Amino acid sequence: MKEKIRIASGQGFWGDLVDAPYHQVTKGDIDYLVMDYLAEVTMSIMQKQKNRNPNLGYAIDLVDLMKKILPITKKKDIKVITNGGGVNPVACADAILEAAMDLDIGKLDVAVVLGDNILNCIDDIIEKGCLLENMETNEPIATVKDKLLSANVYFGAMPIVEALNRGADIVITGRTTDTGLTLAPMIYEFGWDNKNFDLMAAGTVAGHILECGAQSTGGNFLGDWESIENFTEIGFPIAEAYPNGEVIITKHDNTGGKVSFDTIAEQLVYEIGNPAEYITPDCVADFTSIKLKDLEKDRVKVYNVKGKPETEFYKVSCSYHNGYSATGTLTYSWPQALTKAKKADRILRKRLEYLNLQFDEIRSEYIGYNATHETLAPELDEDKINEIVLRFSVRAKDRKTVNRFGQEIAPLILTGPPSVTGFASGRPKPKDVIAYWPALIPKNLVTPKVKILELK
Amino acid sequence: MSKIRLIDIAHGRSGDKGDAANIGIIAFDDKGYAIIDKHLTAEKVKKHFEGICHGKVERFELPNIRALNFLLHNTLGGGGTVSLKHDAQGKTLAAALLRMVIEIDVS
Repeated sequence: MKEKIRIASGQGFWGDLVDAPYHQVTKGDIDYLVMDYLAEVTMSIMQKQKNRNPNLGYAIDLVDLMKKILPITKKKDIKVITNGGGVNPVACADAILEAAMDLDIGKLDVAVVLGDNILNCIDDIIEKGCLLENMETNEPIATVKDKLLSANVYFGAMPIVEALNRGADIVITGRTTDTGLTLAPMIYEFGWDNKNFDLMAAGTVAGHILECGAQSTGGNFLGDWESIENFTEIGFPIAEAYPNGEVIITKHDNTGGKVSFDTIAEQLVYEIGNPAEYITPDCVADFTSIKLKDLEKDRVKVYNVKGKPETEFYKVSCSYHNGYSATGTLTYSWPQALTKAKKADRILRKRLEYLNLQFDEIRSEYIGYNATHETLAPELDEDKINEIVLRFSVRAKDRKTVNRFGQEIAPLILTGPPSVTGFASGRPKPKDVIAYWPALIPKNLVTPKVKILELK
Repeated sequence: MSKIRLIDIAHGRSGDKGDAANIGIIAFDDKGYAIIDKHLTAEKVKKHFEGICHGKVERFELPNIRALNFLLHNTLGGGGTVSLKHDAQGKTLAAALLRMVIEIDVS
């Protein structure tokens, strides 16, 4: 058994720093590169791409990235684990294998984890007695079945562990939890019993710290943010894991950013609910048990993590189409920038009212004044403000209604308050509103499948 | 009694959980944690976000890391891509909470 393993985070979301994974595999030693590409909205975008072209539906950037890093990961024996397979992990793996063939890389085993995509089995699942009720409203999924765009079960670490046991160099999954990507190599390397829930929780916590990339190494840090050096070359986090469940969070030397009690604490509280019950498919981790200790520079020990048994359910994330929205902006300058923007808002609302259109919501915000913090924004001294951006948005069931709004905002330039600009990008176009349907499914109704694709 | 701005004794991070916003507030030291633990109640947070948070506020404690976590239900205008808010994910709400001024006993 290895005395320790180093797991490096390469992406915090689809759209994160393109070269971060390259730096992770070149600037120091690591054993695993894990990359999270999937936000909730991502699955519906990928499903749409796949509907148009059956060879798409995954994080396409991954192919170019793998072309760049494969010779390095192969040489240094770094395994890559990612959920960038989206709704089409097989097509993703095929594209990577093709790239590997062009590079003449030699033997390569790429594993895919399948079975999370349940979009085509919703009827079967309902028939088996699982109504996939919305966790917030308790409505059965039948209510939105005709509008569904994607439906995916969140798998945990175990399918990835199986892939690693079967010799995978690269593991491509669909909807796997972000935390499972990091926990899996620990289970595999240290031979952890997946019923030892304290260890499952320890790996899960490490996964939570890694899943948003540089957000644990000084990015978006609200503490003493000006003390963060060299944001430009910020280092992404690395979890140095030990067989007893202790983890040291660090980053490569000679990179920017900072790893400290404070930067890790901020990430620990990010997007959590009840900290005593952080539910994953692998365990229920107790975040209140976590202890942090600053070691030497940019090294923080995470220890004492406790866990409880996993639940009998997988979480399911579905998305469905729920109307259209559009946003337009207009910039008003001094003098009286806010007064002018507010006047323009009243004119626009009146014009929309006269058109007698049915909107679900109309919202105006004033960037430079209250677009963040809303009612908490302090009164401003208008004479000291140079400009205000009116940000005006609508949402409606009907596409034409939203499109009609798009025609009303530009005319304000010639037919409303003065010293207005910033309308070069044309009329705002209606875009699809994607709504989520979080639900639970009994674990026995879905089975993850692991398939190995080999390049000899 | 003396007044303290929360931003002088704590930092934090916020994000979205559906239509709910989560705000984690972390005290810089143990003394600061004692203050937020005593004074930063769910009721005070709910009142602070009047007109923004339209649901209940839940509070959870993480004393080991000197942190409190708040869940503000019905806050993000529907969440996800449904929300028309510029800050649809509640990313700036931690800073908004740190605006709070709290009164404490000087002793």
